[in-house]
Amino acid sequence: MNRDSNLYTFLFATIMVFVVATVLAFTSQSLKDLQSENVRKEKMQNILSTVGIIIDRDGAEELFNKYIEDQLAIQNDGSIDASVDVFNNVKLSLELKKNPEDQDFPLYVANIESEKYYIIPIRGNGLWNAIYGYISIKEDLNTIKGIVFDHIGETAGLGAEITQDWFIERFVDEKLFDINNNLVGIKVSKTNNDPNNTDKNDHEVDAISGATITGDGVTDMIKERLEHYIPYFNTLRSNQIALN
Amino acid sequence: MSNKNKALLSDPMDDNNPITVQVLGICSALAITVQLKAAIVMSISVMAVMAASNVIISLLRDLIPNRIRIIVQLVVVAAMVILVDQVLRAYAYDVSKELSIFIGLIITNCIVMGRLEAFALGNGVWRSFLDGIGNAAGYGWILILVAFFRELLGSGKLGGFQVIPDFVYEMGYVDNGLMLLSPMALITVGIIIWIQRSRNRKLIEQG
Repeated sequence: MNRDSNLYTFLFATIMVFVVATVLAFTSQSLKDLQSENVRKEKMQNILSTVGIIIDRDGAEELFNKYIEDQLAIQNDGSIDASVDVFNNVKLSLELKKNPEDQDFPLYVANIESEKYYIIPIRGNGLWNAIYGYISIKEDLNTIKGIVFDHIGETAGLGAEITQDWFIERFVDEKLFDINNNLVGIKVSKTNNDPNNTDKNDHEVDAISGATITGDGVTDMIKERLEHYIPYFNTLRSNQIALN
Repeated sequence: MSNKNKALLSDPMDDNNPITVQVLGICSALAITVQLKAAIVMSISVMAVMAASNVIISLLRDLIPNRIRIIVQLVVVAAMVILVDQVLRAYAYDVSKELSIFIGLIITNCIVMGRLEAFALGNGVWRSFLDGIGNAAGYGWILILVAFFRELLGSGKLGGFQVIPDFVYEMGYVDNGLMLLSPMALITVGIIIWIQRSRNRKLIEQG
C-alpha cells in the first residue's frame, strides 16, 4: 500500500491509537492495587504525623491501627453516622461539593499513652489547585497538637512551602477557639507582629512571602472545616464538664 | 561490538553531549538536580523512555506515514512516559511524588524527540537502542554531576545522608542556600561546559 495515501495514514493512526490505548489501560489496571495501597498508607502516615508519630510507609498501618481508636463520621448537627467507613469511603474532595447537611465530616480519635487527640482532615483551595491536610487537636478541643499540609499544584518554592516543617511547626500549640469557645481559627498573616511565634494565643502565624493566596487558602480551609465540628465539640465539652 | 557502535555510546558522553554540547534538556537539568536521588531516578527514567521509544520507532520506521511521523513519535514517547510514571507510582512512590510533573515533562524533553527524528527513523533496531542508551547516559551523567555539587554544597548531604561532619558546621561553615536555586544549576552547567571545552579543543568553534 502507498505509504503516503490518505487511507494508509488514517489506518495507521487508528491502529496506533488502539494499540497504545490498550497497553496503557492494561498497565494502569494491573498497577492500580499497588498504587492505591501507597496512597492509603500515605494517608495513614499523614494522620499519624499530626500527633507526632513519624513512621515510614511500611510501618504506618500497624501504628495506625494501634493508636487510632475511633473513626467517626460526624454529621452537620453533631450526631454520628456509625454506618460510614470513614477512612476508605469518605473523600473530602467529593464531600466539599455537597451541601453541609449531606456531608460526612470525618474525625479520627487517637489515643496515645492515654492522651486523646482529635484529628480532622481539611481541604480547600490554594492558588492553582486544591490544598489539603490534617489537623490534630488536643483533648481541650482548642490547642493544636500538630498539622500537616499537602497540595496538588502550588508554586514550587512559594506556595508549595506550606508542606515544610518550618511552616507547619508555627501552628503547634496555637489556639483555635477564643475564651468564649467561639471559633476563630488560625490566620496565616502578613501583618503578624509575632514573627518568632511566641504568642500562642493570637490565632495568627507568620505568612510565607510570595504565597499570599495559598496562605489565605490555609486560613480559610481551617476555619471552614472546623466550623462543622462545633456542634459535636459542644457535645464533647458538656460531657467533659459532666464528668468533672 | 564494532567501533561504529561503540561511538554511539561514547560520543554523547563527551564530544556530542546532549546537555553541554547540544544544550538540550536544560529545563529538566535545572529543575531536578537539587538532590542526587531525584537526578539518578530521572536519568534512569529518561534512559528507559529513550531506549524504548528509539527501538519502537526504529521497528516501525518503514511503516510510519511520513506526514504524521512527528505525531507518531509524540504518541510513542508519551505512552512510554506514562508507563514509567505508572511504574514509579507503584514501586517508588516517594520519588514519584518528588519528581511529580517532571516525569510527565520527559515528553517535551528535546533530546528524546530529537534522537527519534534524527536517528531512529533512519537506523536499525540495535543501533537505535544503543543511540538511545548513549544519549540518555550523556544526559544522565551531567545531571548527576550537577546534582552532586548542588546537594553537597547546598545542603551538605549526598543522597539524603549528611556528609559534611557536624564539627565543620560548629566551626562556622554554612550551607550555600543559593546552590538550591535554579540559577546556580545553570552556572554549574556553565562551569562544566567551560572545563569540557578547555580539555576538548574540538568543541571550540572556529572564527
